[in-house]
Amino acid sequence: MQDLSNADCIVIQGSNMAECHPVAYQWVMEARLKGARVIHIDPRFTRTSATADKHIPIRAGSDVVLLGALINHIISNELYFKEYVVAYTNAATLVSPEFQDTEDLDGLFSGYDDEKGSYKQDTWAYASADGEGDESPGTIGGPAAVHEHGQTESERSAGEQHGSGGPALEHARVLRDETLQDPNTVFQILKRHYSRYTPEMVADACGISVDDFHYLAEAVTENSGRERTTAFVYAVGWTQHTLGAQFIRTAAIVQLLLGNMGRPGGGIMALRGHASIQGSTDIPTLYNLLPGYLAMPVAGLHDTWEAYLGAIANKEQKGFWANADTYAVSLLKAWWGKAATAENNWRFDYLPRLSGAHGTYQTTMAMLDGEVEGYFLLGQNPAVGSAHGRMQRRAMSHLKWLVVRDFNMIESATFWKDGPEIVSGELVTEDIETEVFFLPAAAHTEKSGSFTQTQRMLQWHHQAVQPPGDCQSELQFFYELGRRVRELLADSTDERDRPLLDLTWDYPTDGHGEPDAEAVLAEINGRHLTGDKAGQPLSSYTEMKADGSTEGGCWIYTGVYADGVNHAANRKPGREQDLTALEWGWAWPANRRILYNRASADPDGKPWSERKKYVWWDEEQGRWTGHDVPDFVPDKAPTYRPEPGTGGPAGLAGDDPFVMQADGKGWLFTPKGMLDGPLPTHYEPQESPVRNPLYGQQSNPARKVFPRKDNLWSPSGGERGSEVYPFVFTTYRLTEHHTAGGMSRWLPYLAELQPEFFCEVSPELAAERGLENGGWATIVSARTAIEARVLVTERMTPLVVGGHTIHQVGLPYHWGVGKEALVSGDAANDLLGVALDPNVQIQESKAGSCDIVAGRRPQGEALLRLVEEYQSRAGSTVMTGNVLVTPPEEESR
Amino acid sequence: MSFWRNQLSGPTDPVADAAWEAPPPRKGFFTDTSICIGCKACEVACKEWNAIPEDGLSLLGTSYDNTGSLGASTWRHVAFIEQSGERIAQARESGRRLVDLGMPAVGLPDTAPAPALAGSNGHGAAGPGAMTDGDAVALASEAAAAGTVPDFRWLMSSDVCKHCTHAACLDVCPTGALFRTEFGTVVVQDDVCNGCGYCVAACPFGVIERRDGDATVKNSGIAQKCTLCYDRLGAGQTPACAQACPTTSIRFGDLDELREVAQQRVDTLHANGYTEARLYGADPTDGVGGTGSVFLLLDEPEVYGLPPDPKVTTADLPDMFRKAGIAGLTMLGMAAAAFLGRRR
Repeated sequence: MQDLSNADCIVIQGSNMAECHPVAYQWVMEARLKGARVIHIDPRFTRTSATADKHIPIRAGSDVVLLGALINHIISNELYFKEYVVAYTNAATLVSPEFQDTEDLDGLFSGYDDEKGSYKQDTWAYASADGEGDESPGTIGGPAAVHEHGQTESERSAGEQHGSGGPALEHARVLRDETLQDPNTVFQILKRHYSRYTPEMVADACGISVDDFHYLAEAVTENSGRERTTAFVYAVGWTQHTLGAQFIRTAAIVQLLLGNMGRPGGGIMALRGHASIQGSTDIPTLYNLLPGYLAMPVAGLHDTWEAYLGAIANKEQKGFWANADTYAVSLLKAWWGKAATAENNWRFDYLPRLSGAHGTYQTTMAMLDGEVEGYFLLGQNPAVGSAHGRMQRRAMSHLKWLVVRDFNMIESATFWKDGPEIVSGELVTEDIETEVFFLPAAAHTEKSGSFTQTQRMLQWHHQAVQPPGDCQSELQFFYELGRRVRELLADSTDERDRPLLDLTWDYPTDGHGEPDAEAVLAEINGRHLTGDKAGQPLSSYTEMKADGSTEGGCWIYTGVYADGVNHAANRKPGREQDLTALEWGWAWPANRRILYNRASADPDGKPWSERKKYVWWDEEQGRWTGHDVPDFVPDKAPTYRPEPGTGGPAGLAGDDPFVMQADGKGWLFTPKGMLDGPLPTHYEPQESPVRNPLYGQQSNPARKVFPRKDNLWSPSGGERGSEVYPFVFTTYRLTEHHTAGGMSRWLPYLAELQPEFFCEVSPELAAERGLENGGWATIVSARTAIEARVLVTERMTPLVVGGHTIHQVGLPYHWGVGKEALVSGDAANDLLGVALDPNVQIQESKAGSCDIVAGRRPQGEALLRLVEEYQSRAGSTVMTGNVLVTPPEEESR
Repeated sequence: MSFWRNQLSGPTDPVADAAWEAPPPRKGFFTDTSICIGCKACEVACKEWNAIPEDGLSLLGTSYDNTGSLGASTWRHVAFIEQSGERIAQARESGRRLVDLGMPAVGLPDTAPAPALAGSNGHGAAGPGAMTDGDAVALASEAAAAGTVPDFRWLMSSDVCKHCTHAACLDVCPTGALFRTEFGTVVVQDDVCNGCGYCVAACPFGVIERRDGDATVKNSGIAQKCTLCYDRLGAGQTPACAQACPTTSIRFGDLDELREVAQQRVDTLHANGYTEARLYGADPTDGVGGTGSVFLLLDEPEVYGLPPDPKVTTADLPDMFRKAGIAGLTMLGMAAAAFLGRRR
């Protein structure tokens, strides 16, 4: 995080860093004081804009056009960092001649399967060095060899696996043309793909003037290269779109072209929204992942241990993912101990198999269908915080039981007696059979444990006081739950109970029944099980073995407990060490602060410049050294070249810095892994008043849609009825509150700072709709209508897009309807529908269509009638917005 | 007479005047609004530490400010001001004119520090605290912006008790509840205050106030304001607001040093074209003898709700007394004395 202060230019886009990450933002302010230029690109002028050099307003959801134009600008004007691009990226790699771009197919890539609504990715593969790759890329060309269909990959949110490195390729025998001239090189494909992403297109699609585009382009390119670096910062303003993962990919391409990856003051900083959200993907609370980004096995695909190993890693591919078998075996040994042996494939069969997408929204819909009996909510308030609050609350009313563990009686625990549907008469308390258990939770000061923050750093917090009353830590709750369930099942002979009964579940507890959190950390770190070192902690994941002689709960965390010391608790003050601060906390992997930092040195291992010196090859010692832990095999010389066909870490050449990628290169073009295309392409949001100016295809053709009567959409892009919901709305957070408010609306000192739900509108929109500052407004979407107080402010700017003025309405989403909190109000997320990104199943909550009128909304049944009246005027049906491929007749309109 | 003059107006050392023996250097705040991000952490930290009650759960409709003003239960208040380009240009001009008048003294642009880009990339540099060295490194970005006025800006500023050199609240306090600490700050003793409210009318900044509420409210009816965390200072700690500030917009320290730092910061900003920067409360010859809380503002004080020319309300007392004596109007003098002495 503090590395941001090394940047010469910082572009914050899709994030309101000053408001949502004020502590981290000190490093942006520090960079500014050191002379960096800070540019904030956002639909609204926020507290981040107020402290930046320049704010550039953008239409929500149009970011790929802007970043794509930046790519075009960099390539056309030859502003890319040529040496870096040729040596470290896949720019020179040849792609299968079968590949067809969106330029050829008007917004679709080759391989689109109309029936399944997803891509088969085999034509996106690298051309192969051996054999007639052209004819059968699916069997020979590297990545395509073992190809899972995009649909099943999407169902298991396969994109999330790449939290710790790229997808597996069959091998890395690829063709390269380092002159970058072959038309099938990634570089030439990239150039063609973005050729129509011009400054004029940016003006037309994003509402950003040509001058402002040039300001940005100059700032970014002038502050990149050998001597200077630019950093990008984003948060959920990029991720929460139907092509969210592609927003970030576009920035990754910019940063690779400019040579800003793996270097000080460079990179792309993903700001996470809570104290340990990074931790909850590393050691996942996600349905589709095992710890350390190992895939959850899928029924039918990974039925055998061998099939699973083949899918997660291939010994013939380059890099550290080739050793994924050692990570998986160590995990299974940590979970099932002595019961896991080579003979029983380490109890691989104890792992559940995915049978489809079980994301939060699919689960919600399954509740409505009566397929889910019980639900645990732990620090989650879906009645307020999740998209389509009405669907969330109605779904929970179908449960048999619901456990809410929280500090306060949040709306998800009380919706059955005072939620909006009770008020409107849609639900009747007496008819709801859900049994709700509220269990009070301990706060972070009342328990020990680790937070893993945004830069993958674990920081330990020590218990300061005992939790009051019945409050318990999550650790104690789950330990107790497991203990009691195992007790109940102790005499069971049923095979299905074996996974629970064979679990190692033996953590030491203190006098209050609290398990020792350090003992859990030690298990996660892993230990040797046999030999001289038996019982000793592992120092590094490279010590893990696939023969059952090691165990470890999360391979990427190995080293946090090296030598039996809790390194997460390291707290040497910043003033006593250099800026990298390796002795503050512990960052995975291997306490490394900047990933892929081998790229901070040139192919010969020398720093690109004295000014940007970070990690380099020490010729005398024959080792990599520098300010950080080198992200490379420590003694592999820059000149090292592997025998062709060598897999694993040994297969990496001395100048392959991207050690988790199957070919050791940074991927401008993704031959595998991205389910909605190998190159980011602009598509309009699921709901948009604007027609896609670049392609006939309106929205992401691989997005996940749910055609249901309770999930209607506004017509988009000039379709008949789209004028009924003419404005764009976007949701966000404020400094003063925390997400759905469970941690802030009950606290007087925070609640008084932002006491009421409000909407932000420009003076122009206020004039058009008769809205008054401090008055009330009703905001209507195709799902529901809500009311908010009005803030009229010049911080909201009308944008001219496609010749029309587009007004945007800003909606902070912290409030909810209920009687328990100090402050309440309508929930902005109730306006949202459910449409998802195919890679990671995230909802589109940053752009939608709405109407806004002055005055308070109707109550009770009248509210439902208002919403229906809008739907009928717009002509919204179940299929509106849900046809994945735009029909030609609409394209021509 | 000079004793009275020093006690009630003009430059002085208030700690010495209060007869503290061997006091520590006078403490104060420097609030640099140019790097405030409006997070309100100062407001929350202040309330948490000092156990101040919540005071109002309604939306004010004034940008992101739902606090309104300083008061008995608000000891830090962050103002939010939205401004158009025209107003920014005016602020630049008025700031430039202040320099032409010699206040504050601003170095010529050619004496500005070297551009930031020289030197290392910052390995080994300290954290944000590094900028306390008078911002030795110039803001190259600001230089780039010199001469251009943005269309819009959003000012944020954390206001607090000024801890005046000549504190009217203290001067008029009949019970001695308000006193000058060894740190040069002005503090109310809750258990001594009788709630007369003289201080409320006397404060030229409208800071101190009696707390509303029934008997269940802590210190209701008692005059309340920022103590500059007297309890924390006694234990060698930083005041809660400065401790919580993530960008060092609020700095705590020895007032002499803070005034210097503040002046350097203004110089830097002016050198880089931000001529709207000016100091508030840093002039010991002003109407309150300078304040213990110094501010760097980016527009006229009125814009932030601060009086442009604050004057201690008791400043005229010696003058009135002198004239009365010369005129030989004994009765008037006695009446004045009686007025001063009639303290409940």
